[in-house]
Amino acid sequence: MATLLVASLVIFIVLDILPGNAADMMLGESATLEAKQALSARLGLDRPPAQRYAAWLKGLASGELGDSLSYSVPVAQLIRERLQVTAPLALMAMLLTAGLALSLGIYAASRHNKLGDVGVMGMSQIGIAIPNFWFAIILIFVFAVKLQWFSAGGFPGWEDGFGEAFKALILPAVALAVVQAAILARITRSAVLDVLREDFVRTARAKGLSQRAVLWRHVLRNAFVPVLTVMGLQFANLLTGTIVVENVFSLPGLGRLIFQAIANRDVIVVRNVVMLLAAAVIVINFIVDVLYAVIDPRLKAHSA
Amino acid sequence: MSFLRRALRHKSFFIGGILVAMLILTAIGSFVWTPYPAAELDIPNKLRLPSAAHWLGTDSLGRDIVSLLIVGARNSIAVGVIAVGIGIAFGVALGLLAAARRGWVEEAVMRFADFTFAFPALLSAIMLTAIYGPGLVTSIVAIGIFNVPVFARITRAAANTVWSREFVLAARACGKGPLRITIEHVLPNIASILIVQATIQFAIAILAEAALSYLGLGTQPPQPSWGRMLNEAQQMLFSAPQLALYPGAAIALSVLGLNLMGDGLRDLLDPRLARQR
Repeated sequence: MATLLVASLVIFIVLDILPGNAADMMLGESATLEAKQALSARLGLDRPPAQRYAAWLKGLASGELGDSLSYSVPVAQLIRERLQVTAPLALMAMLLTAGLALSLGIYAASRHNKLGDVGVMGMSQIGIAIPNFWFAIILIFVFAVKLQWFSAGGFPGWEDGFGEAFKALILPAVALAVVQAAILARITRSAVLDVLREDFVRTARAKGLSQRAVLWRHVLRNAFVPVLTVMGLQFANLLTGTIVVENVFSLPGLGRLIFQAIANRDVIVVRNVVMLLAAAVIVINFIVDVLYAVIDPRLKAHSA
Repeated sequence: MSFLRRALRHKSFFIGGILVAMLILTAIGSFVWTPYPAAELDIPNKLRLPSAAHWLGTDSLGRDIVSLLIVGARNSIAVGVIAVGIGIAFGVALGLLAAARRGWVEEAVMRFADFTFAFPALLSAIMLTAIYGPGLVTSIVAIGIFNVPVFARITRAAANTVWSREFVLAARACGKGPLRITIEHVLPNIASILIVQATIQFAIAILAEAALSYLGLGTQPPQPSWGRMLNEAQQMLFSAPQLALYPGAAIALSVLGLNLMGDGLRDLLDPRLARQR
């Protein structure tokens, strides 16, 4: 909560106080004095900064974020609409990342130093180096231009049926997930290898459990803590990744919104979307902290 | 075995080193020679396929792809060096301070680092662009800010372990103050960790700059940059898909080289940190 407040304060200082008069910035140099004064009054810029900040905070709490300057609709409504693209996309990418990374990482660890391990690690090294937007462009070229299985971009909306909308998110989600999964697979592998060296694993083997049973019953639960940490940290990358990938596929999500808002100098939209994204990162990392205790009761005892 | 011999035998360091050396030499060489002036338009010869005259062909404005790539390397390196420099200058200082002072100073530095993680490079770049407009400087500053908490955390963690060692106790017994201990004992002992992290952050900075330039928030025309070349190439994806290949490959190879070199350096400089193979 305190972190959220600090975040909002920083965003407010950077986007409201640093630029001087926001109205000047939005209208550009050529605007008339009357236009600037009118906009200043509409934005409440004639009030002192502390009051403006308090008003924004109140708005954040109640969901009344004011009207967008370029779209002339409530910002809250804009964000709600755009979330219908960004939230499913981020969720799909996260699930895909976890699925890919865990299976590849566990596979590599179980084939430690054999061909499968070396192959997976080599591939992940390349995966980490590939920019997600380049991968997205390659996906468009292969699956949209050449094979024509998917469209090259755009989003039909959920109203016209679930299937088409879902299909439009598949390539973007894959583009986001593959690069993230490459990193996470390495973490998973080394976490599993670390646990495999523990004494209790040897004990479990010694009491006659098969390699597979040990892996599933003892190793994975213990290996999951570092994996989860990295997943939490990756969430921030995932969100910024969606900004980029939405622009590659021209999906009408939050990333596209914030990008157009910059072009239109729509500070109100920029401010609220940045706040939302920063808040999402903070909240997810808080949830990760809570999940530690659930997965590994030892950590709870330690921190209490 | 001498360091050099060990380095040459280390496979990932060797491959990474060659890739990074190529990147740096290309960037330096670009000041002396490029096949064509990178910004020179040659509309009649646009979208040529690779040939003897244009090794990788030309783009939609007839510019020579090889020349654009070579000059673009300069850009990536400049961003990497300056952004990592900002991160090291502020992050290492904060981390050292936290480790030397402990108490509320350490707490404050760490809270600050936690908090800055909520603003990935792209998000701070977007905020800065909203005010100052897009540009190379904005993107460098944004990536630099993102690097500060990364270095602050690593420095503090590493410095704390050095502070608990006995030779530091001995130094204190000799009457050395915190500043002298930090400079004479702590910094040399954590240098290898910082060097490794710097190569990794360098790679991340190149990726981030490419993403920003791709979005139009980074390097502005006519200065060539790999990210923007990809943006232009995407618009030609139906007619000239080969254009999308080269800049992406240049980014990927640079990042791959830096990451491999970082992994190798980790093994070479500090065997205790070597990852289990």
